[in-house]
Amino acid sequence: MAFYKKQFGLISAAVILILLVLFRYLGIIDDYYITIIDLVFINIILAVSLNLTIGFLGQLALGNAGFMAIGAYTSAILTTYLKLPPILLFPVAVLCSGVLAVLSSLIVGIPSLRLKGDYLAIITLGFGEIIKNIITGLKITGGARGYKGIMNYNTDFETNAYVNMIVLYLFAGLTVFVISNFTKSRHGRVIKSIRDNEIASEASGVNIMYYKLLGFSMSAFFAGVAGSLYAHHNGILAANKFDFNYSIEMVIMVVLGGMGNIKGSIAAAIFLTFLPQLLSSFSDKRMLFYSILLIIVMLVKNKNYPFLKIDFYKKRLLGR
Amino acid sequence: MLLEVNDIGITFGGLRAVMGFNMGVDKDEIVGLIGPNGAGKTTVFNLLTGVYTPTEGKIIFDQKDITGKKTNVINNLGIARTFQNIRLFKSMSVIDNVKVAYNQNMKYNELQGVFKFGLYKKEEAELHEKALNLLDVFGLKGEAEENAGNLPYGKQRKLEIARALGTGPKLLLLDEPAAGMNPSETAELMEIIRLVKDKFRVSILLIEHDMSLVMNICERLYVLDYGSLIASGPPEEIKNNQDVISAYLGE
Ligand SMILES: Nc1ncnc2c1ncn2[C@@H]1O[C@H](COP(=O)(O)OP(=O)(O)OP(=O)(O)O)[C@@H](O)[C@H]1O
Ligand SMILES: [Mg+2]
Repeated sequence: MAFYKKQFGLISAAVILILLVLFRYLGIIDDYYITIIDLVFINIILAVSLNLTIGFLGQLALGNAGFMAIGAYTSAILTTYLKLPPILLFPVAVLCSGVLAVLSSLIVGIPSLRLKGDYLAIITLGFGEIIKNIITGLKITGGARGYKGIMNYNTDFETNAYVNMIVLYLFAGLTVFVISNFTKSRHGRVIKSIRDNEIASEASGVNIMYYKLLGFSMSAFFAGVAGSLYAHHNGILAANKFDFNYSIEMVIMVVLGGMGNIKGSIAAAIFLTFLPQLLSSFSDKRMLFYSILLIIVMLVKNKNYPFLKIDFYKKRLLGR
Repeated sequence: MLLEVNDIGITFGGLRAVMGFNMGVDKDEIVGLIGPNGAGKTTVFNLLTGVYTPTEGKIIFDQKDITGKKTNVINNLGIARTFQNIRLFKSMSVIDNVKVAYNQNMKYNELQGVFKFGLYKKEEAELHEKALNLLDVFGLKGEAEENAGNLPYGKQRKLEIARALGTGPKLLLLDEPAAGMNPSETAELMEIIRLVKDKFRVSILLIEHDMSLVMNICERLYVLDYGSLIASGPPEEIKNNQDVISAYLGE
């Protein structure tokens, strides 16, 4: 039991992998489901990494779709022009996507993280829109017509989707592993202290700027990686995909799952990815639904979302 | 002198909150900083810790000029503080509050933290031990895993002092540590301050309105009024100083 508790992450990761393989061979998940599951994994990466900035560091960032877009187009362009064997090409492309996202996060973060208040929210919001417009305006990104014919992980068409899914799964698992361990390390502890009380943190000898940039750029790194994965998963890219709405969707996943709650972010990413797929007429009213959801979450504002527990309703409906 | 303050001053808008202020703290000394409300005491702490940069004057600490240095750098050099209105990391555990303070002396890097190799295991184990021992001194060991925000008021004040000591200071600044405490808590606090001074070999500069505490514990006092020093010396002298008496009575 103690072993199970200690290795909870590793064991559940292995179980999910076995289930994914098993279900595939039993034919329970077909190509349609694979596409959704792929998106789930990408959204898990986005939600968990954004939670680092919002939930752990306590800074509201509204432009993560921008970092994702940078990653997506970097990877698309690199795999088109770089002549390397696939076994090298993909890791290089994913890494470069993350690194480029980090560099742009430093450009945004260095001036804006210095300021107190809502500046980061406003500046990242603007940043996301600017990136989208730059991509639309450039030739190499395919402009408004989009980027087509992006390479896939596997040239064998038959097993393509399946390989893709497993790759995405491994990346999602790695992201969760890295971020949850990070938040438990000394650096993560310091980042939480900045969220709780910046002045006291600084007075305790913490270089606030360094740790803010660390958290923010780490979050951007994974958003860039998610972008790269998305590009190869999808095969085509359109700049419009990476708009303000997508950034907000990520924020909603974090808020719904709970600030600083990694498992919650995973659950929220799964829930919010499946939901629109199941209700087909839903997609155009999605943002409306999200807004309502967000308001409900704020109203019931509690870290451990008590409204998902039976006690919550017992108290309210049955009068204690 | 461990701390030497030479003619510092600061102006907010038109208000000269502190002006021409001089003071010093020696090794192993407990010094008090007193004065009526709004006299500029907390502002002096904020100047010493780099929250504000003095518009004039110089601050020398441990032979180094620290005027205009950043707050975290000044803490790294050896000045730690508590706050008049308690500032804890409320959603974090009691022990993690203290662990943040020790962070500046730890070496394992980000990669080692994520993949748990190299110095990680050794340093984290040592840190846990050290943090527990520190909490024990303040009678907080039993609450180590509790949320800092859930502690009763008196224990929050103690935790703040413990956290400040975790940064390994040579000089400890306490801003009204007895505020909101009843007489028996204040008496206990007095013992703790004495113990801290001997056990951690720190000098202490404290702001306090509770005169019994100040008179009992401080070797020397500085008195501020309207941003200026109006008296300094041993408690006995200050007690009978005419300027101080009239400042407190508001004449
Ligand atoms: N950041 C600031 N901006 C403007 N005025 C300030 C600022 N900080 C302090 N002051 C002013 O400086 C004066 C001194 O304030 P300070 O907080 O240092 O007083 P204090 O001696 O600590 O008083 P108390 O005993 O009430 O804590 C006050 O008039 C205060 O309003
Ligand atoms: Mg004060």
